[in-house]
Formats: sequence, C-alpha cells, structure tokens
Amino acid sequence: MDPKERMKIPRQPMPEQDPKERVSNFYEVPHGYTPELAMEEAKRCIQCKKPLCVAGCPVNIDIPWFIRLVAEGKFVEAARKIKETNGLPAVCGRVCPQEDQCEKVCVIAKKVEPVAIGRLERFVADYEREHDEVTIPDIPPWTGKKVAIIGSGPAGLTVAGDLVKKGHRVTIFEALHKPGGVLVYGIPEFRLPKKIVEAEVDYLRRMGVEIECNAVIGKLETVDELLSNGYDAVFIGTGAGLPYFMNIPGENLVGVYSANEFLTRINLMRAYLFPEYDTPVLKGKRVVVVGGGNTAMDAARTAIRLCPEEVKIVYRRSREEMPARIEEIHHGEEEGIKFELLTNPLRFIGDEEGRLRAAECIRMELGEPDESGRRRPVPMKGSEFTIDCDVAIIAIGNGPNPLIPHTTPELKLTKWGNIVVDQETGRTSKKGVFAGGDIVRGGSTVILAMGDGRTAANSIHEYLTTGKW
Amino acid sequence: MFEIVEKRELAHRVCLFRIRAPLIARKRRAGQFIILRINEHGERIPLTIADSDSEEGTITIIVQEVGKTTSVLCSLKAGDRLLDVVGPLGKPTHIENYGTAVCVGGGIGCAVTYPIAKALKETGTHVISIMGARTKNLLILEEEMRSVSDELFIATDDGSYGHHGFVTAVLEELIGEGRKIDVVIAVGPVPMMKAVSSVTRTNGIYTMASLNPIMVDGTGMCGACRVTVDGQTKFVCVDGPEFDAHQVDFDELIRRNRTYLKEERIAMEELTYHEGPRCYEKKGV
Ligand SMILES: Cc1cc2nc3c(=O)[nH]c(=O)nc-3n(C[C@H](O)[C@H](O)[C@H](O)COP(=O)(O)OP(=O)(O)OC[C@H]3O[C@@H](n4cnc5c(N)ncnc54)[C@H](O)[C@@H]3O)c2cc1C
Ligand code: SF4
Ligand code: FES
Repeated sequence: MDPKERMKIPRQPMPEQDPKERVSNFYEVPHGYTPELAMEEAKRCIQCKKPLCVAGCPVNIDIPWFIRLVAEGKFVEAARKIKETNGLPAVCGRVCPQEDQCEKVCVIAKKVEPVAIGRLERFVADYEREHDEVTIPDIPPWTGKKVAIIGSGPAGLTVAGDLVKKGHRVTIFEALHKPGGVLVYGIPEFRLPKKIVEAEVDYLRRMGVEIECNAVIGKLETVDELLSNGYDAVFIGTGAGLPYFMNIPGENLVGVYSANEFLTRINLMRAYLFPEYDTPVLKGKRVVVVGGGNTAMDAARTAIRLCPEEVKIVYRRSREEMPARIEEIHHGEEEGIKFELLTNPLRFIGDEEGRLRAAECIRMELGEPDESGRRRPVPMKGSEFTIDCDVAIIAIGNGPNPLIPHTTPELKLTKWGNIVVDQETGRTSKKGVFAGGDIVRGGSTVILAMGDGRTAANSIHEYLTTGKW
Repeated sequence: MFEIVEKRELAHRVCLFRIRAPLIARKRRAGQFIILRINEHGERIPLTIADSDSEEGTITIIVQEVGKTTSVLCSLKAGDRLLDVVGPLGKPTHIENYGTAVCVGGGIGCAVTYPIAKALKETGTHVISIMGARTKNLLILEEEMRSVSDELFIATDDGSYGHHGFVTAVLEELIGEGRKIDVVIAVGPVPMMKAVSSVTRTNGIYTMASLNPIMVDGTGMCGACRVTVDGQTKFVCVDGPEFDAHQVDFDELIRRNRTYLKEERIAMEELTYHEGPRCYEKKGV
C-alpha cells in the first residue's frame, strides 16, 4: 500500500459505552479496539523514515515498529516492543495526553487525522495481558545492592522494574494500603480500571520487587535510617499529594471536599459501594467542581456517577485555557456536566448546621497574558451571583507533600517545596538519594514521571556499580 | 496483617487491644496515632497509640464502640488480625519539664492523656490529672493514670464516683485555690475540650488540645482532617494532632465531625440487623 492509500483510511473510532448508560456506572468508558479495528488503524501509519512521533514521545517508544507489528497481526510482539521502553503501556495507552505528544507531531496529521497511537498502545497491552502472554524476564543474579523506593506511583514503579531487571534488590515503601499512587487513588475506575494497575504491580512482584504498604517514610523510618539500615540508594517518588484550597470563606463547611479526598473516598475506598464498603461520601444533589484540569474533570465525572441532579464545573478562564484533555471534556459534556466558564467562587455559604448550601461566584473576563502565557482572568465588578450546591469539590492543584523534605534536611528544595534534582541523572543534593515524578515537577503526567523513573534507574545503576557520585 | 495479641474490656463498650506492630512500637512517641483498616471493605479510622512496648513489638490502642467500624473492631479477639495499620502518624507531643501540668481526659480521651502524662512525669513535671466520665463504669485507665500522676481527680456526670459534675468544675476549683498551673492538656469529646479551653482562656493558662477530626489517609494528602486554628486551615494529621486550644475553632470541628451522621446510622443498621443489601444504589464493579 502506498502512503496515499494508507492516508485514505479513516481514523478508526474506539467503541465506547453509551453516555446515557455509563453515567450510572463505574465501568470503563471505551471498550478498546478489536483486533480488526487495530489492524485497520495500524495500516494508516506510513512508516516514516524520520518518525516525528518517536521524538514526541517522552520515553521514545519505537512507534512505527510496534505499529508495523500490529498491522501484521503480531500483537504480542508489538506489546513487547513497547515494553522495551515503557513498562506500563496499558496505563499510558489510557491516560497519556497523546494529542499533545506523539499524535500531535505525527507526520500524517498535517493532512489527515493522526494515527491513533494511544489506542493501539492500549490495544496491544490489553491483548498481551488478556491472552496471558505476559512473561517474566530472566532476572540476573543479585548484585549485592539494595535500593529503597519511596512511593509506588508511576515514577517509583518504573524505577523498581528497571532496577530489579539489573539484578538489584528493590523494596518499595508506600504510605497507603494499596500500591499505585494516583493511578489507584486519583484516576477513576471508568478511565483506568484498577485491575490493570493491580496486574502491573503483580508483574513487578513476580520479578522480585518487594512492596511494603502502610509505610510512611519520614514517620516510620527516615531516609537517613534507610541509608544506614542497609539500603545503598534511595529513590523518592512521593508525588504531589498536598491539596491546595482557595482560602476563601466557608471552605471548611461540611460538603466541601478537596478533589483528592473525594476521589480517594471513591476510588481507593470504594465509597460508591457504601454501605457494602464502609467508607461514606456525600453524594450531593447539586455539585460544584472548581478547576479546569484533568483532576477537575475526573472529580466531575465521578460525581455525576453518584446520580446528583446537577454537576457544574466552575472555571475562571475560558474553555480554550482548560488544561484538561479535550477528550475528557468531551466525555464530560456527553455525560451531562455543565460548565460555568469565566467564573470564580468568592465564598461558600452554609446553613446553621455548617452544611454547604451555595457558592457565591463572580464572572471573570480575560485580561493581559500572565507568566504562564495564558490571559489572566480579572473579576467583573458587580457580577456576583450564587449557585445552589450541597457538595463542592476543589480541584485547583496540589503541592509537594512535605513529610520527606522535612525529615531529610540535606535535600535542596525549590521555593515551592519541590525537590531539586539534576535533570540528566535524577540526583538530589544528598548522596545516594534520587528523586523524580511529581515531587520534583509539581503536578505533571504519568509518562513524565515514568521518564524520570527511567533516568533515575539508569543513574542509580551507575552509582551502584561505580560508587561514583 | 497485624495480629491482636491481647484484648481486654476496660469499661462498657470500651476495649483495649495490644497489636503486634514492631516498627511502629519502636518509633512512636506520646501524642502520635495510627490509622487502621480492619478488612478489605473497611474504612480507615485514626486511633491514638495509648502505649507501646518496643521489646515485645506491640502497640496499645483503646477503642470505644461508637459506629460500625469500632463495633466490628470490638467484636474481634486475641489472635485475630487487622488488615492494615499505619503509623506512627502526627507530631509527637512536645514534652519538657513544664513545672506543673494538668492533664484533663474525658471518657476515651484518657487513652490519649495517659501516654502524655507518663512522658511528662518522666521529665519531672508535677502531673495533676483530672479524669472525667459520664458514669463510674465508663471510667478507664484509673490505675494507670494514678501511677503516672502526682495528684488525681475524678469527676463523673452522674456523681457515681469522684466529684459530681464536669472536669471543668475540678479545674476551676484548682485554679480558684490559686494553684500554679503552667500548662493544661485537654483531650476528650470536643465540647469538653472547648469548655476546658474557655476556662483556661479566662485564666491565661496555656492549653493544648489533641483533636480528633475525620481522617482518610493521615499523611496530608486529602484535607479531610482540616481545622481552623488561629484563622488558618491546618491538617490535623500532619500539623497536629495537638494545637493551642485557645486558637482552635471547636464549633467548626464539632460540625465537621457530624458530616456522616446519616451514613453512620445506615452502616450501623446494616450491621445490627443483617437484613442483607438494601436498595441504596450499588453500581459498577
Ligand atoms: C485526578 C488526577 C487525574 C490525573 N490524570 C492524568 C492523566 O489522565 N494523564 C496523566 O498523564 N497524568 C494524570 N495525572 C497526573 C499523574 O497522575 C501524576 O503526574 C503521576 O501520577 C505522578 O507520579 P508519581 O510517581 O510522581 O507520584 P504519585 O502517583 O503521586 O505517587 C506517589 C506515591 O507516593 C506515596 N507517598 C507519598 N509520601 C510518602 C511517604 N512519605 N512514604 C511513603 N509513600 C509516600 C503516595 O501515597 C503515592 O502512592 C492525574 C492526576 C490526578 C490527581
Ligand atoms: S509520525 Fe505518524 S505516520 Fe509517521 S511513523 Fe509516527 S505514527 Fe506513523
Ligand atoms: S487525613 Fe487526609 S490530610 Fe489529614
């Protein structure tokens, strides 16, 4: 087939649950490609000599190669090809913002829609897992070195997988009772089924990675204690788990949640199955979600599945500035979420029992661009109005959790409290200690956290073999 | 899994557990707490570490049956295991020789004042303890408190034991006698802490309260535990659990602790009547 013919094939849509049905369940929204759809979509790739997609991928997956294997029906081989550079393809195929990465620069995107790289990645990873084709690589004999990894999010999981394959002994310490970080407590089931994360964690365990849950480093043991108790290196991947609030009146009323709390109750603690599960959550009749990112979309789409009368996203800029993935905004709209754009809450109003009753908001207009290059929203005097609500979810971002930095004084921090590392190596200012993911970058993405993990694993390996810092 | 090595009933619906958790036992200091989850369907609840034995590798917790989780917990026996125990969480109490300290414990709050009084006693602080309970058979840890206190007062609401009345009356009496008090530590039901705080505020005595909000993770990640202290929002699980009582917005804490009253009732009904699943929407997986 010549490139022209290939480009004539339309981008294959991914079958998904009907919006009317899915708003009342937590099952995954897209069903994924069938083998036929995947092979058809794979044909669209023109196998560029200079594949821009590879450069657009933060971990440089050999995209044309794996897509060619898909076109040939060699799905398991395709999955293994991806796994050479990406340990969590079933996760990334679902949650990566491909439209800003590989698919954005896909060569054919200049003329037609880009190749659906993410959907293909997801398909082959699912295929490999569902057909029991996941094999455990040979693990070299123990090097005699031990590494402690703090945090089991995508950064920590990546470091663990890479180092265990090099023959080091690896223990992950996780504060919560389940490993996975944001993948288990933040991103909802309908976007990333928890059984997929469990399968990935299980794979690491089978390779020999030890995982200690319920271990809050900084409290149970400090980084220094880990280093003096037999660990030769430490990786810190503790994420950005400190929710920001708006600091407006009424924010501590009953019914006002951080997105982290709301999502943790539902994803990690399964409050949507209360009282079968013991953790409750206020479902609300009218829900307001403040923010415009992925977390806000996840919170809103989660809230609507608890069957309230209305879910509204309140965002202070316009739709163009919303950092959430377009696909997710679209999914949210299909599910009936309403948007109050160019609007900002001023205060929350409660009843005499301290329960939330309304949010007083003000309309905004866009002024001059600010440091981020986005136009700064400015309040419009006299435009105050109230939205009735009994649940409000604040999703305006997270800061770095200070537990580790506070108990590890030698770590150099930015003024926001993020750990400073050397970008090439992931080294912190403390010998033997490396860091990556959201604790370094602030709220970022799964794939960048994994990229950091890969970088750190390589330099940890080098440090362990040469002893050079 | 965390094994229960001993269980004892201290009072009506109040149980003491010793749990095997060697790492926590080694690290914990007075004032810190754990979060536990009994089983896969369980919720995460915070409980103060009342005592520990680092040689034996155990921690002691004291639980009052107030809702579903605590009722299920109190139905467990020695040899049973808890799925998750995480800690030690929160900041330890700042312990120094304060001169004279008054430790006020209301009800189950004595489980918190006990380790603090013990640690204070070790510094040479003159420890005056005031223990309160609704009625005599709800009083816990009297012997233990006596062993770490220089003076001990007991107050029961119904007068069945000790002073007839509230702990605040005893405290006011001490203050009225002109006793020099350098610090007061108040732990118990929020209304009690609020009352103690207002007594000491008028008398200008520095007072610490150990707060007990609703929690989820206990690591500062969710903000469920937030309280207002001196006009600022604080996360009790990492910034506390102890705060300057005169700065705490106790009314807000009382309201926030009532967030799930309705849900708690539903959970209890489910537990008591075993009617099987009800028609609350159950969706998805
Ligand atoms: C709701 C939500 C939706 C998102 N959606 C997307 C998306 O669609 N696509 C995307 O690419 N990115 C998304 N992100 C961002 C992405 O999840 C993060 O960038 C990524 O998970 C960061 O990985 P990490 O490994 O650095 O940390 P995390 O995933 O945050 O994991 C850190 C882990 O460390 C543990 N920990 C913290 N402190 C300690 C301690 N002291 N001791 C032991 N353990 C500790 C935590 O409990 C946690 O499990 C989303 C984030 C949120 C909150
Ligand atoms: S840029 Fe697009 S067409 Fe070219 S190799 Fe990559 S996926 Fe295929
Ligand atoms: S319990 Fe979650 S932040 Fe304190």
